[in-house]
Amino acid sequence: MPLLGSYQGSSFFELLQTDNRHLLPDLSAWEKSATDRVPHGTTVLTMKFGDGVLVAGDRLATAGHSVASRDVVKVFETDPYSLMAISGAAGPCIEMAKVLSVELEHYEKIEGEGLELEGKANKLSQMIRANLPAAMQGLAVVPLFAGFDTRRKTGRLWKFDITGGRYEEAEFDATGSGGLYARESLKHDWATDLNRTDAIKAAVAALTAAADEDRATGGVDLERGIYPIIKVCTSSGHSDASEEEIAGVYREILAARAAGGNL
Amino acid sequence: MSMPFYVSPEQVMADKAEFARKGIARGKSIVALEHQGGILLMAENATSLSKIGEIYDRIAFAGVGKFSEFDQLRKVGVRFADTKGYAYSREDVGGKALANAFSQVIGEVFTRELKPLELEILVVEVGDDRYEDHKANSIYRVKYDGFISDHPGFCAIGGNVEDVESVLRSDYREGMPAGEAAELGRRALSAGAERSSVLDADSLEVCLLDRERTGRKFCRLSTDEVKGMLNE
Repeated sequence: MPLLGSYQGSSFFELLQTDNRHLLPDLSAWEKSATDRVPHGTTVLTMKFGDGVLVAGDRLATAGHSVASRDVVKVFETDPYSLMAISGAAGPCIEMAKVLSVELEHYEKIEGEGLELEGKANKLSQMIRANLPAAMQGLAVVPLFAGFDTRRKTGRLWKFDITGGRYEEAEFDATGSGGLYARESLKHDWATDLNRTDAIKAAVAALTAAADEDRATGGVDLERGIYPIIKVCTSSGHSDASEEEIAGVYREILAARAAGGNL
Repeated sequence: MSMPFYVSPEQVMADKAEFARKGIARGKSIVALEHQGGILLMAENATSLSKIGEIYDRIAFAGVGKFSEFDQLRKVGVRFADTKGYAYSREDVGGKALANAFSQVIGEVFTRELKPLELEILVVEVGDDRYEDHKANSIYRVKYDGFISDHPGFCAIGGNVEDVESVLRSDYREGMPAGEAAELGRRALSAGAERSSVLDADSLEVCLLDRERTGRKFCRLSTDEVKGMLNE
């Protein structure tokens, strides 16, 4: 029968692996020396705050020393209560976010109820593990995953390594080329139970710090009107920080800097 | 060597059809009704096993007959739709292609296998005003032998389907509000139910494909929401 494949489980990723191999990338022919020619995403960060979690990413993608895109999106809503931010080779990263969001919806439809937040993070780590051969050839996918755990009524966040290693963080984390500088900034600004406004302030400050020190990170681009993507996830689902909100915070940082502040 | 008895193909098909029809008539009915805000699906079902399910953004599924068989088909439908939406785009997943695919599978089993599938299914798709070519709703019905038909307005499957249909035929009108459609659905299902009284909200499974929602338009109503809709 044409419609009946051999796969009978609840995972979309496994369905692709079993019955639709042709829809998954085959990067075995990839040469490591070509890595500089594909776009890479740079700095993304996530933090817990009073109501849940915040995930933010700058908009720049680079290929080697060139700008590949100034307004790439690196933060994705993978389902109503989870977010994924990507850094690394943009193509495989964005594809992985897309597969994960179909995966979560697929599981929910097949099983009749959704996965736990931890189950979602675990699924993502299996997908990263499956990408290991490509990662060894330079096409690494290093995401951050965060969401609101509706059972435990709290925000939670995870970072990953290229082998699929999954590490839950209690406070915040940042990754990508400017991740180190973003983390340093967050270490200074982050506190337990920040409110939404202060969390957004801390995120913009961290991305600004990363853009200052790392040439591959975009930061806020007031001239072109390109702003980082900042999403928060709470018990009532997702919401975005508006461009005005981000621009306002950024202007405050610029004003403090002009006044001789240590920023 | 002994020769098998000869049985005419007509007889084989008639026997299979009779077998499948009996299985389906034993169960309870499901109705699908178009209304102002989308499509309402209502099943007489007091158990926690769902007969109605989400397939994709604008598409829902309902099945009567043998649970294991139609639930398996529902899953096949979800796999088909998710794979298609992943390979192309979400707007490319349509109800008609899915209903046709179901019809092929069910028809194939009916001709090839000894035992036909004891089920009848509905594939319903709600329109979306944002897309010029997707404005209309569709309700497709696929029978145990793969026979496919489309039903503007309303459709009933399973159980005492004639009794249910006759209520729908006499009282259905185009563009009725959702609450009125729910009342009519309950009245129709009650006409086909074994007990003569009106079914209460606890024994109904109700799902909506809501035109106004963005993205996934399917929603399953809780008993309280069903009560609210029926003004109880």
